[in-house]
Amino acid sequence: MTLPEPGSWGPYLAILAMALATYLCRISGVVLMGFVPLTPRVRRGLAALPGSIVVATVLPLIERLGLAAGLALLAAIASMVIRRSELLALLVGMAFVSLMRAAGF
Amino acid sequence: MPSEAKSEPPHAALLTLAGMLLGLRRVSVLMPGVVIFAVAFGAAASAKGLSLVEAVLMSALVYAGVSQLVAMELWRPEWSWGAIVALAFVTVTVNARTILQGASLQPWFSRYPWFVNAFQLSFFTDANWLVGTRYHNEGGRDLGVVLGAGLALWGVWVVMTVPGYLLGALVADPRKYGIDLVMPIFFAAMIVPLWRGKRGALPWIIAGVVALITVRLVDGYAFIIVGALSGAVVGAFLDDPA
Repeated sequence: MTLPEPGSWGPYLAILAMALATYLCRISGVVLMGFVPLTPRVRRGLAALPGSIVVATVLPLIERLGLAAGLALLAAIASMVIRRSELLALLVGMAFVSLMRAAGF
Repeated sequence: MPSEAKSEPPHAALLTLAGMLLGLRRVSVLMPGVVIFAVAFGAAASAKGLSLVEAVLMSALVYAGVSQLVAMELWRPEWSWGAIVALAFVTVTVNARTILQGASLQPWFSRYPWFVNAFQLSFFTDANWLVGTRYHNEGGRDLGVVLGAGLALWGVWVVMTVPGYLLGALVADPRKYGIDLVMPIFFAAMIVPLWRGKRGALPWIIAGVVALITVRLVDGYAFIIVGALSGAVVGAFLDDPA
């Protein structure tokens, strides 16, 4: 038995496939951790996870996006150290990168 | 300051309207960035020949910005089953970081009935993970914050896909205003409240180094998951003296 080709339903099936794939990612971390007993070791691993995700996401992006972006992220972190405001950090970072890019970096 | 190895005190599984409004407030700094991102996706979708219905449907059902833009690179006029499966596979690799994000908040989420999680996780993204993580670290326990932030961004994301689709050609280069950096800046800023002193830094350094190595060896977004997992494993095996 062979499946009929997707034909005119193709785009909708593609969207549904993406939605399903994304939803599986969204739930599977929570579902899988339900089978892992929360030993102190697992707890320490989970505690280290958010910072690790943030660093692992940001560092390679700095490399990819270039010097202006990297300095903008540092400026945002500095702003966050001085004043704990995400809004201010965002404004500082965006202003910084806009100026750098306008200046041709 | 809450310590990392706390055992969760028993508490009611809170999910309130006040929490949802707090989530909306906390995520609102990201709204301008999400608007521009959604407009950019709408524009890319119309340029690739999707219908308006398809573009809006994708924003509503998938609701994952980077993977939607990647899908536009792979979009085609005719679809075979193979192409659909390949697209789903690429989508998983782009969104695999949400597996780890979900795992990191599971001790909190697990206090709620499965159907609550099945629903709220439909709106789980980078932005409300960051908002939820910070809120939980401050001692907050109202799941409404995560759900409210996710729903608010979802609504904006879906609605703003439309003007992007219709006015696509008029959209200026988002790079010029640094809009492409909104999420990276928000991620970077989050390092500060997550900071737990020098001891906690070792897993992060490992995560960063492994991610930098992985990005050189493997195409795509594997670097996030490989780096973050390495950091978590190191964190798990660092024995606290206390």
